[in-house]
Parts: sequence; C-alpha cells; structure tokens
Amino acid sequence: MHEQPTSPEDLAALLASTGYLADDGLATAGYLALRLGRPLFLEGDAGVGKTAFASALAQATGAHFVRLQCYEGLDATQALYDWDFPRQILHLRAAEAAARAAGSAAGTAGAAGAAGAAGTAGTAAGAAGTDGAAGARIDADTLEAGLYDRRFLIARPLLRALERSPTVLLVDEVDRADDEFEAFLLEVLADAAVTIPELGRIAAETPPLTVLTSNRTREVHDALKRRCLYHWVEHPDVDREVAILRSRLPEVTDRLATQVATAAKRMRELDLIKPPGVAESLDWAGALITLGSPDLTAGTAAATLGAVLKYREDTDRVRAAGLATLLEP
Amino acid sequence: MATAALIGFARRLRADGVNADAHRVQAMLAAVDALGVDQVYWAGRLTLCAEPDDLPIYDAAFAEYFGGKRRPKNLPLAPALPRVSAPFLAGPPPEPGGTGPDEEPSVLGLSASPDEVLRQRDVAALTAGERDEVRRLVTMLAPAAALRRSRRRRPGPRGEIDPRGTVRLMLRHGGEPTALRRRDRLRRPRRLVLLLDVSGSMTAYADALLRFGHAAVRQRPAQTEVFTLGTRLTRITRGLRHRDPDAALRAASDTIPDWHGGTRLADSLRAFLDRWGQRGTARGAVVVIFSDGWERGDPALLAAQLDRLRRLAHRVVWVNPHRGKAGYAPLAGGMAAALPYCDEFVAGHSLDALERLVEVIARA
Repeated sequence: MHEQPTSPEDLAALLASTGYLADDGLATAGYLALRLGRPLFLEGDAGVGKTAFASALAQATGAHFVRLQCYEGLDATQALYDWDFPRQILHLRAAEAAARAAGSAAGTAGAAGAAGAAGTAGTAAGAAGTDGAAGARIDADTLEAGLYDRRFLIARPLLRALERSPTVLLVDEVDRADDEFEAFLLEVLADAAVTIPELGRIAAETPPLTVLTSNRTREVHDALKRRCLYHWVEHPDVDREVAILRSRLPEVTDRLATQVATAAKRMRELDLIKPPGVAESLDWAGALITLGSPDLTAGTAAATLGAVLKYREDTDRVRAAGLATLLEP
Repeated sequence: MATAALIGFARRLRADGVNADAHRVQAMLAAVDALGVDQVYWAGRLTLCAEPDDLPIYDAAFAEYFGGKRRPKNLPLAPALPRVSAPFLAGPPPEPGGTGPDEEPSVLGLSASPDEVLRQRDVAALTAGERDEVRRLVTMLAPAAALRRSRRRRPGPRGEIDPRGTVRLMLRHGGEPTALRRRDRLRRPRRLVLLLDVSGSMTAYADALLRFGHAAVRQRPAQTEVFTLGTRLTRITRGLRHRDPDAALRAASDTIPDWHGGTRLADSLRAFLDRWGQRGTARGAVVVIFSDGWERGDPALLAAQLDRLRRLAHRVVWVNPHRGKAGYAPLAGGMAAALPYCDEFVAGHSLDALERLVEVIARA
C-alpha cells in the first residue's frame, strides 16, 4: 500500500513517476478527488489523456484499476454482476449424477419398494423407499443453496471495483450509455455497495475512486455531474508534450520530440476536424522512430501524416497550409 | 478566507449563468478546506463548473471578484416572470413591433373559422393578434422523430432466444428444459436536432421557429437539441426546457448574442459539427435546418459542411419559409449548393406548413 499524496504537487510527482505528466489543474483535480472522496468527471478533446490519467492514478496510489467501457444498451448484467448459468446447470447435473451413483444400492431397494407398493405387500421395503425420498429432498435444499454460491457469481467491473479496495474505477465514455444506466450508476456510486438478492449486500471497504470520462455526445444528467468534480483536460503546451514524448518513448531524441510537439501544436491551431491529441503525437513520434528518421522533415512528415491526421479533409488542409510551415523552428 | 466571500462568489457565478447550486457550493467549501486558501481558483473551478461553456465565465468572474475589480452596479436580477402565459381571450398586450392593435379584433371576429384561415397564412404577414393565436397553436404541435431499434433488449413474446431467461427457467424446473424464453430489441426515439437561423433575413419567422423548438423540447426533452445559427452558434436547449413557452423563449433569447445579425451559415454549421455533431449529437439523428439559405460566404463551403452533416445524420431536412411562396425557386447561392445534400426540402412559413413538417420529422 502506497502512502497517500499530501498535496497536488505530491500527486503530480507520483504520477510523473509512472510516466504520466499532469498539469496543475489535473493534479489538483486528482488530489481533491482522493481527499474529498468525490468522483472526478473529465472532459476534453479525444486523445488528451483522460483514460491514461485514470490508470496512472491507480498506479501512483497503489490501487487496483478497473475499467468499465460504456456503450448503448449496457445493463446491470454487463456492468455489475451476472450468475454463471451454464456452470449452475453443470453443477446440478453433476450433483444428480453423484447422487445416482452413491445411491445405486439404496436406489435398487427403493425401486423394489416402489414395485412392492404397486404390487402386493413388502411393507419393510416400502418404508426404505420413503426414507430415500426424504433424503433426496434435504439434498435438494442444500443443492439449491449451493447453486447461488459466490463461486457462481461473475463479477463485472462495478462489482470488482467494490470487492477490492482500494480501487480506481474508470467509467469510460459515460455519455455512450443510456439514461437508465446513468441512474443505476448513480445509485451504486452513492452507496458504494450493491445488494444481490441471493447473497446479500456487498459493500466496498473503502469506496472506489471513480473517474468518469465523457466525449459530450449527449448531455450527462445533472444529478450525476453534481456529485462529481469537473475538469476540462486541455492539450498540453509544447514543453509538457516534449516531456511526455520523452518519457513515453525512451528512443526519441530531444530534437525529434520538439519537432513533433511543435508541429502538433501548429496543427491544433489550423482549425481541423480532428485536431491531433497527445495520443496522436505519440503515434507519430513512434512511427518516425520505426522508420528510422532522426528528423521531422517535409518528406518524412508527408510519409507519416496518416499517424496523426485521421480525416482526408484535414490532410488536405495541412498540405495546403504547407508541411514546411509546420516544421519551422 | 471568509466563507461568506466564497458564497458571494458562487452567487455571482449563478447570476452569470453557471449552475452553481447549494450542493456544489458545499463541495467548493470542502475543496478550499482541503487545498488551502491560496488554491481557491482550482477549488472553485473543479466544483462549481459543469461544462466547458462554464469555464470562460468562471475565469472572468474569478478575475473580477477576487481581483478587486467590482461591477459598476449590483447584480442584475432577472425580472420575475408570470408562470403561465396570459390566456388569449383575456386580451394580450399588443406586440410592440406589430401592426396597429386597432384592427385585430375585426379580423378574428369576422372570419367564420379563424383557425383554418390562419393555418394557411404566412407567419411573416400576420397582425399582432393573429400572431398570438398562431403562437398558441404552434405550442400545441408535438414534433418528435420516429423510433429506431435500440441495442437494449427486453424479454418479449418474440425475437431472438434469451439464453439468460431460458436457463433461469430451466433452473427453476430442476435443470429440465421447459420452454424457450425470447427477448427483443427495444424501440427508442431518434435524436432530433433543430438548427434555427436567427439572422436578419429570418426575423419574421424567428419567434414561430423558437416556439416550434420549444414544442419539440417539451415533447422529448432528452432526445432533442436546439441550436441557433447566425454569425455564431448558440445552444439554446437548456433555456427551452422551461415549461412555460414565454419563459422558455425569454431564457433562450437571452443566450442568443447574434439576433437579427448577418448570416455565416457555413461557419456556424461547421461550429455545430465540430463541437457537437461529430462527437455524436448529429450521429443517427434527424437534423432539421430552418433557414432561407441566404449565405454571404462562398456557397462551396456550405456544401462541404452539409456533406459532412449528411454523412453523420440519419436524415437532413431543410425548411425554407420561401419554399411556400408562389414562384420561388431555390436558386440563391447557398440554397442551391445545399440542396443536393438534403433528404427533404419543405416549407415552414405557415402553421399548416409546420404541421406538415411535424409529419416529415415523424416519418424520417
């Protein structure tokens, strides 16, 4: 168990040791979320490191990391828990088979008794038969209780986050799930516990630190947002981006990192459909290293533009602006 | 730092339109406590703001409030609004910009069925009294997009086999297969996005369109988004959620900075696609653009944005009030350029035309 950070700067240092370089705002947001026990709601352009922040936070604080990717139609059986029905059936069949094998002797006596009852007399054998039936009934009760044992429960992300403490729970792209799921999530987050009818209440030892991300495809309900700290994650400035590139890609030279970061920043100013995020600059620098180019030149940039721009319109616009202008120091 | 100063700051933010409610203020106080008084900026920003639009407001208010600058006068409070609009028969106050109030009673009094006549009339050519009646009728429209199949499933009498339900039933019968359970996809309403042109050339229709937008938001609050296009893009969905049409319109109008200005259709459409549409608001949605297509800029730019929109949206409907006028042909630069990308091109100049639009939206 790591020690808890004592200030935002302390958390920033811990995050930096995992390779995630957070700016003041994000470090403060993370620190407050830890201190106040509030979920953190992150928004920002795609690729600015919202998801990476959550996993870095888990690593920095020595917590488990659980990720729940949201999508339309996500429901409790996918997010919380589900019973393993095939295993339950299998368990039932196995118990049946075992009972049949163990009770084969008693079974023949019982069968004889049943035949006797149906036929003429055979009182003693008939009594043995009823005993066998009673034994089977008791067995059925224990068997049924055994069917809803913890080992037949499949823990989905939310339950996993509650069962293990401490945990950082990432609820990724919460805007993609529908309203019903939001309401349900709110309930689980508020209590940090769930009640499973067959098993009882499962409560988290310490409530998980929840990080929610959204791409704003629809407005998330205010009731959920109100419980959260809100932070808009900005693109990093050139210096920070250089530092990120260098820490994530050890092979990258200072020169190449500066060139990539500067070019990416200029692209963000070009009013593109999808401005490149840190994720794209990392891909770009990675592509250049793979190709063995020590420098970002107009030629190598043209060859690797696909790593950083994902729309034809954007590629056209950058080419029209001139690749050379991106690279001017 | 004095708690009172922080609460005063939150009140200031509320007056500026940030939804800093009591719950959030409490969170701010806890955050200031945790971070120390020299970190009030982040403590407040992380707890009081809830969307990107809040951030510039916050920054400005923070600089002013804690930077020593004071506002010239006290916080302006919005005047209290009547909860319900005045009933028409009680005699509505005359429209300031309308024609003389003296002629309206005769118009309504003489016609046998004023509704029927009004339905066909161009909204731009109405007297103040008629306009009030049309407003009332627009409020009664119920625009809503058709249903689509959702990814969410529910147990039902038909559809695919539901393994979970079937096995649960088996367990109930001691592991013996009995009957097959089935489940089916739910049906969900499609998102409806209304883009209203509020530039000078659309002034006569703006009020009716905003009311149409209000009717749509009231019908399906979670599935409807309304934006205005002009020299810039403004999202007015939040304001239109008011129950009372007049209060909703007032709230929405207050957020529109570019009433009756020029038109930069391509730019504001692009702003919509960049900030909302591409991220998902327009995806699979029925998008309705209310505009006369009067574009000052290069029509090719408008065409490029509409091409983007068409690739994202389920249906693009263009509503042009001039369409209903005799002898109109979509030859104006912007309209001609936009037309190839629209699935439907309809008129929206009268109540009757708006009713037909409701049908088009429901069919889309």
